[in-house]
Amino acid sequence: MARPVLADLSVGAVVATGAVELDRARLVRYAGASGDFNPIHWDESFATGVGLPDVIAHGMLTMGSVVGVVADWAGDPGAVVAYQTRFTKPVPVPRDGTAVVEVSAAVGAIDADAGTVRVDLTVTHEGGKVLGRSQATVRLS
Amino acid sequence: MANPDFAGREYAATAPYSVGREKLREFAAAVGAAHPAHHDLVAARGLGYPDLVAPPTFAVVVAQRAEAQYVQDPEAGIDFSRVVHADEKFVHHRPIVAGDELVTVLHVDSVTQRAGIAMVTTRCEISAQADDGTREPVSTVSSSLVIRGEDS
Repeated sequence: MARPVLADLSVGAVVATGAVELDRARLVRYAGASGDFNPIHWDESFATGVGLPDVIAHGMLTMGSVVGVVADWAGDPGAVVAYQTRFTKPVPVPRDGTAVVEVSAAVGAIDADAGTVRVDLTVTHEGGKVLGRSQATVRLS
Repeated sequence: MANPDFAGREYAATAPYSVGREKLREFAAAVGAAHPAHHDLVAARGLGYPDLVAPPTFAVVVAQRAEAQYVQDPEAGIDFSRVVHADEKFVHHRPIVAGDELVTVLHVDSVTQRAGIAMVTTRCEISAQADDGTREPVSTVSSSLVIRGEDS
């Protein structure tokens, strides 16, 4: 697959979109894979007991899932040289069904000297932003 | 509440974390990272890597183990049931690959308190350690936690 080229990009262009479906099983799976066993991510009574609306997704699961569209667009996950986010709103995950997180990735800035592009991610759940200042820096040729 | 005396603290390097192929595949599957370079050795080598490549947020697995030295220390005064993850930032000096032996030096960059809310910021400097003990910088992982007060 042809990889994107820096010279072809323009600020504001949407380069990738996607959706991530999170269910309880996915949270348990991420807990095991990451080693983050905080019960707010799998025990409903614990989560509501500390004031949350329901079990919530690991912020790191949301962050880690949505960047896949950027890695796939870049054609090389190792080209993602920096990635940051702010966790602005939790994603409640119901016992039945799924919580859908949508992502849109757009060119935020181009640094021709460094050979990098800053990709800004807009990440929403039910119309509200769940990540803030979510930016991935990608090295391209 | 969070003990301000921990601000500025630097911990000794952790014991090495051995990055395994199956762990990378497991983590990639958990975050839905389908790129073949996480799963298929031929694909990873085709991109010039010596082995399977970690997804961009895999370093959190290594970082959170190091952060436990601080957040699980009773003296640090962090009530984990009141913790909210506020920010996370990765800077990769090079991609993590299977076979890496990663050692982490944890820094507590700040501990601040205001109006019943505490915020702590940690930084993990992760390096790959060679057999001869030399270290190559791999990732810097910065994380901020907010700890809500007893009555908020």
